[in-house]
Amino acid sequence: MQKFYSDAVEFVPILLQGVWLTVIVTFGSLALSTVLGLLWALMRVSGIGVLVGLSSSLINVIRGIPIIVLLFYLYFVMPDFGIALTALQASILGLGIAYSAYQAENFRAGIEAIDKGQIEAAQTIGMGCWLTMRRVVLPQAIRIVLPPYGNVMIMMLKDSSQASTITVAELALQGKLIASSTFKNTSVFTLVALMYLTMSIPLILLVRHFEKKANHK
Amino acid sequence: MIELSDVHKSFGKVEVLKGITASVAKSEVVCIIGPSGSGKSTILRCINGLESYDRGDIRIEGARVDRDDRSIVALRTQVSMVFQRFNLFPHRTALENVIEGPLYVKKEPPAEARERGRALLAQVGLADKENVHPPQLSGGQQQRVAIARALAMKPKAILFDEPTSALDPELVGDVLSVMRKLADDGMTMVVVTHEMGFARDVADRVLFIDGGVIVEQGAAKSVLNQPQHPRTQDFLRRVLHPL
Repeated sequence: MQKFYSDAVEFVPILLQGVWLTVIVTFGSLALSTVLGLLWALMRVSGIGVLVGLSSSLINVIRGIPIIVLLFYLYFVMPDFGIALTALQASILGLGIAYSAYQAENFRAGIEAIDKGQIEAAQTIGMGCWLTMRRVVLPQAIRIVLPPYGNVMIMMLKDSSQASTITVAELALQGKLIASSTFKNTSVFTLVALMYLTMSIPLILLVRHFEKKANHK
Repeated sequence: MIELSDVHKSFGKVEVLKGITASVAKSEVVCIIGPSGSGKSTILRCINGLESYDRGDIRIEGARVDRDDRSIVALRTQVSMVFQRFNLFPHRTALENVIEGPLYVKKEPPAEARERGRALLAQVGLADKENVHPPQLSGGQQQRVAIARALAMKPKAILFDEPTSALDPELVGDVLSVMRKLADDGMTMVVVTHEMGFARDVADRVLFIDGGVIVEQGAAKSVLNQPQHPRTQDFLRRVLHPL
């Protein structure tokens, strides 16, 4: 145990640099997946044939490709087409796109759960499609969507470790690098696991809060 | 003011409206009565474009109602609707429900909209409920907020789709008296209802609809007191004397 403490004192500052990148990748891709997911969901419920078809095909394609392959594609293949992304950019883009499919399905379920009478009431006071969405549907859908959204946040935090495969020195990769140069596998990976857990706990509590609120309504 | 000529509407293979021709004059109160599934609500929903119709013509002050045309959004601000299940926005307070349209559709200044919203809530007897959310209100109160919300758009007419059918019997009176007051003030109203007393006392005209056609129409008292058509007679007998 004494050994673990001294290892911790030595390694935590280095691992914290990785934590910072983990946070950037997680929140960057969370923001992107939210925007894209909302876009796919709105296309899906628009009732316009072309948009519905496009968004459901996109969602299926994205869901059918492993995140790691998507990351490799963005980082290693795109340069062949003249688009060179940094590892950080590629990881945010890749995770953001990958998770947009799940976000879209979550948002769509939330939107479709809103009573049709609400939309009709909005229409009868002269609201157009967009205003109805913004003022009536989305504010109510958010309550339904938040608990699963919180779960997606936790999953994204953990999946941000996949960015290590394209050289982003986030927490997992920092840990691996320290472990392979010091052979202190037990201390290093225990610290890495504890750090992921520490970051997850506030999110887990947040999900619980959302769920309570949703049930209360 | 509202003109329907030869309006046909089918849901799949079922034809629910089989050539409805009717008109509603300014300040007139018209009640539509008839058995369930006869097409009463569908008529209202076609008038403000919540449903499309297959054939015929519906016009509001000369402007054609076309659900698929952009003009429908503006047209709906002129003809408000009150629903059987109220359809208030549960995430907004009573006052916010009322001023939602004026603020975001008509772009009225917030202070003015609030002041008018409060006056409308007072008019329907709910001045003290402005900050209450709909789930905390009784059905009758919710329906009165819904009427205030419809009025807030300063509509030329209001369509009521069975406004008291979802209410406990003891709460029906409050809603009907608000509606009666509106009628007295000269509001043009089309009311789908099973409240024969209201139809008799307040309506100028009654349309009896069955099987997607207007079976009988005329002055409220004459249709309700001396129905001519056997189907109208049968319907009224069943409604007025269910035992």
